[in-house]
Amino acid sequence: MNREESLAGYKGLALKILKDMDAEIGDLIRIVKGGQAYEGILIPRSEYGDDKHIVIKLRSGYNIGVRLTPDTKVEKIGRGEKPAFVAPPMPEQKQALPKVSIISTGGTIASRVDYRTGAVRPALSAGDLYSVVPELADIARIDAQILFSLYSENITPVHWAEMAKTVAEKIAEGVEGVVIAHGTDTMGYSAAALSFALQNLPVPVIFVGSQRSADRPSSDAATNLTGAVLAAARAPFAEVAVAMHETTSDTSIVLHRGTRVRKCHTSRRDAFKSINAQPLARVEENRITMLAEDYPKRDPTRKLVVKSDFCDKVALVKFYPGIDPAVIDWYVDKGYKAVVLEGTGLGHVAKSLFEPIKKAVDKGVLVAMASQCIWGRVNMNVYDTGRDLLALGVIPLEDMLAETATVKLMWIFAQTSSMEEAKQLLKTNIAGEFSTRSLYTVEENKP
Amino acid sequence: MTTKEIDYAQLGLKVGLEVHQQLDTSTKLFCHCKPELFKEEPEITFLRRLRPTQSELGQIDPAAYFEFQKGVKILYEADSQSSCLVEMDEEPPHPLSMEAVEIALTAALMMNANPVDEIHVMRKTVIDGSNTTGFQRTCVIALNGIIKVGEKTVPIQHISLEEDAARKTGEDGTTIRYRIDRLGIPLIEVATAPVMNSPREAGEVALAIGRILRATGRVKRGLGTIRQDLNISIKGGALTEIKGVQELELIPLVIEYEVQRQLNLIKISEELAKAGIRPENLKEEFFDVTEVFQQTNCKILRKSIEKGHQILAVKLPGFAGFLKRELMPGVRLGTEMADRAHFWGRVGGIFHTDELPAYGITQQEVEALKKAVGCVPTDAVVFVADVMENARDALKAVLERAREALRGVPEETRAANPDGTTRYMRPRPGAARMYPETDIPPIQLTEEHIDKIRKRLPELPEQKLRRLMLEYNLNQKLAQQLLDSEHAELFETILKESRVSPTTVAAFLTETLKALKRQGIPVERLSEGRLREIFKALANGEITKEAISEVAAWLSKNENKTVKEALECLSLKVMPKEELEKLVDQIISQNKNLIEKNEAKAFGSIMGMVMREVRGRANADLVSEIIRRKLADAQKA
Repeated sequence: MNREESLAGYKGLALKILKDMDAEIGDLIRIVKGGQAYEGILIPRSEYGDDKHIVIKLRSGYNIGVRLTPDTKVEKIGRGEKPAFVAPPMPEQKQALPKVSIISTGGTIASRVDYRTGAVRPALSAGDLYSVVPELADIARIDAQILFSLYSENITPVHWAEMAKTVAEKIAEGVEGVVIAHGTDTMGYSAAALSFALQNLPVPVIFVGSQRSADRPSSDAATNLTGAVLAAARAPFAEVAVAMHETTSDTSIVLHRGTRVRKCHTSRRDAFKSINAQPLARVEENRITMLAEDYPKRDPTRKLVVKSDFCDKVALVKFYPGIDPAVIDWYVDKGYKAVVLEGTGLGHVAKSLFEPIKKAVDKGVLVAMASQCIWGRVNMNVYDTGRDLLALGVIPLEDMLAETATVKLMWIFAQTSSMEEAKQLLKTNIAGEFSTRSLYTVEENKP
Repeated sequence: MTTKEIDYAQLGLKVGLEVHQQLDTSTKLFCHCKPELFKEEPEITFLRRLRPTQSELGQIDPAAYFEFQKGVKILYEADSQSSCLVEMDEEPPHPLSMEAVEIALTAALMMNANPVDEIHVMRKTVIDGSNTTGFQRTCVIALNGIIKVGEKTVPIQHISLEEDAARKTGEDGTTIRYRIDRLGIPLIEVATAPVMNSPREAGEVALAIGRILRATGRVKRGLGTIRQDLNISIKGGALTEIKGVQELELIPLVIEYEVQRQLNLIKISEELAKAGIRPENLKEEFFDVTEVFQQTNCKILRKSIEKGHQILAVKLPGFAGFLKRELMPGVRLGTEMADRAHFWGRVGGIFHTDELPAYGITQQEVEALKKAVGCVPTDAVVFVADVMENARDALKAVLERAREALRGVPEETRAANPDGTTRYMRPRPGAARMYPETDIPPIQLTEEHIDKIRKRLPELPEQKLRRLMLEYNLNQKLAQQLLDSEHAELFETILKESRVSPTTVAAFLTETLKALKRQGIPVERLSEGRLREIFKALANGEITKEAISEVAAWLSKNENKTVKEALECLSLKVMPKEELEKLVDQIISQNKNLIEKNEAKAFGSIMGMVMREVRGRANADLVSEIIRRKLADAQKA
């Protein structure tokens, strides 16, 4: 640890004072000012904090910040114990159990708070996992790997490709299922991406995240992870799915099809919903119940086909009243292959966009239409606007999620450069991303 | 031994206090819900489990881990009036309520404490389900205060602000029910140094702290709004933490009982030592004695056997007679073992030979039991009926408690009962496990902000008491009652705007209102405005002193009516003087015989008759004056 790291978060005046007295995080220090003395352990400062305060942990366990004034005296009175985190011993691997691989990409589920510093650090080694969720040892033999440590908003199509290749390696090693720990913000996109990239899957690939970090007693991480590992080890389907809480209670985990799932709440445990589709399955009291009737069955003999490339020249444009039509032109000028419009209602945008859309289509850009309503199917035959857009060459996306459509087109344009082939692929149901029937019962999944 | 004979100083009694008081804020501490409770059936319920997490040293609280392994689930109850997603742990906390911070700062400055420069909100691990998050959010507001209580100087270690916990509403097997309406109500915590050396002193200090908090005018009132935790130790004993004393008046008794308990436990350990009982004599050897009770008349055991449970027994060598030894009223060593068995084994209760034969268990069965486990007369036997796993856990806990009895007093956390006794709650947690609440940035307190609060600090209770006595000529008892009531401020407002007797107002606001409340009259419905109106009417002579109580009672029941309407409805309008004189004349003439017979007693009787007739429509002083005059006139004539 270098000196800067040993005084994490401190800067300016506070950093100078601490450096001058050779203090490190964890040292016992005394601060005297205005006739008051404060003693405690030096605690790191948030990097957004100012340089006028020193944070100490009092004997009572409370932290306080003490402001530095000209009459403040700070002295080091002892070296602090440096608590080392000792992971408990690994439980015995039960040879009879199925083998499951866990790939960690980051996010809340794969992080823990450093109690001493309050900082969040990645933690999803097998040892960490067993220490947080010892009951995993009764479900599967776990092999864990840290692939990335990324907040999911920083994940790009390049990372999707990496994930797909890593999953393929694990499957080649003969695991019964793969779990991918992922930040929740863009987990839906990644799940869709792998649904297209991993074709002819022999075993399930389960994405899992958590809305409350694993260092909290109330975290949903352990129950979600248990559900995900159980599904990876034993579920009868071979698809990409997302495992998260079904309700606010800890009683059931629901598995959503990777192309149909969307994060619909900023903070709730049951933020993930299957849109326009029934969830795939439910895990309750260590038992899996299938909810969908039509699904590819698990079959370890099946040969996985990996198509892990994605083209980043695909845009998702949300229409809003007063949108500048030049937005479309910009994408065309930048050489984009496809634009997914998130239109209103049944699939509409303002007349003002007709001209640039026509220009885009003429220049060989694929323009497709999803709805910002989220629930329901687009139908562009009902109103003039829809019919006009169809005439311009806009392709309706049925009941596909706008996000999934974007990912799908990114994948398509990495597979082919032919517009005709691309259109054909877009209309082909590759990973259950759309359906031809809209069922009333799926409405129950709304938050 | 009666408590009066105890020399607490010699026993080395040390008591520290933690006073928790709910603040009267418009919102909760970390969200914008109203800080109110609901009585109806819950609108929302949800089930959670709390998983013990490792401390920074990789340790897990053993009691918490044990509960988790037992599969304890928590069923939370909520309604949308009193809770939102924050209490459900489904949304991150909102910023700390600055309203609550200001009240805490006010109290802190009144206790001469030093506000911190920067507030850091912490998470204190609490895994019993009372917090949906598994931790309680808490922060230090000020440090190192001092209050004077009589001659004693009491150091205040810290003043903090924390969220109140959910309240337990029931327990059914491994499912515990909590209602989250109370969760998040701001609490101020005042922690003293352990410097109190007698039960009385601790009571006085708690009262003094309570008065200072009330003097801020911004704390909640009523049962459940104030709770004390006590740390109690004596020489040769151990530190016992007692949680949740709901009434200030109970504090001295709780301490007396705890001292008594510790002294008795020390005595038991000495006697056991003298008898040569050593820890190694207490063997973890359990006997299945189901067979002994095959034909039993004991209903509990019979039911258990029918359910297929085992009856498991353990021998406690040399313990005969000790289990029935009373430690404090109603609590025997056997009770403490039963509490432990309930906590660790989730069993309903235990049986032991010190209390048998009883409960339908016969002497023969007791003999057979003793034989089955190989007892000599000085041994005690403890047994439980439950499924094997629970029964074993229960007896292990009993053995552990017996081993502790050899050593003396165990360190533990106990919960206060309403009668001042206590019960086992859990082992004392290790060093407080606190870590930063990363969802709330630190809050800086500027000197200008503190100065602003310092400038408008309320009067300290003693100052105010003295001032009330001097300025309004109240006696000390009435002034103190007024101060302890919630109406001291209203009292001064009334006297500022109405020329009435301060004693009348003070007595009304304390004794009369309390008396009316005892009669079941909803006086809490009387608004301040209405009370002020009553005294304005008194000052203007529209109402007599005697009628106030009746008018207040009527207005409590008729919330939207005015004093004028009350007077009309109750026919309590003040009688014109001429009418009063006529009435007196009439009564005197009707009672001529009486007056002639006994002139000395006549005044009292006539007064009584007239007052009955006027029923509060006339001032007693005036009536008395008229009667005296008329009687004197009559005599002269």
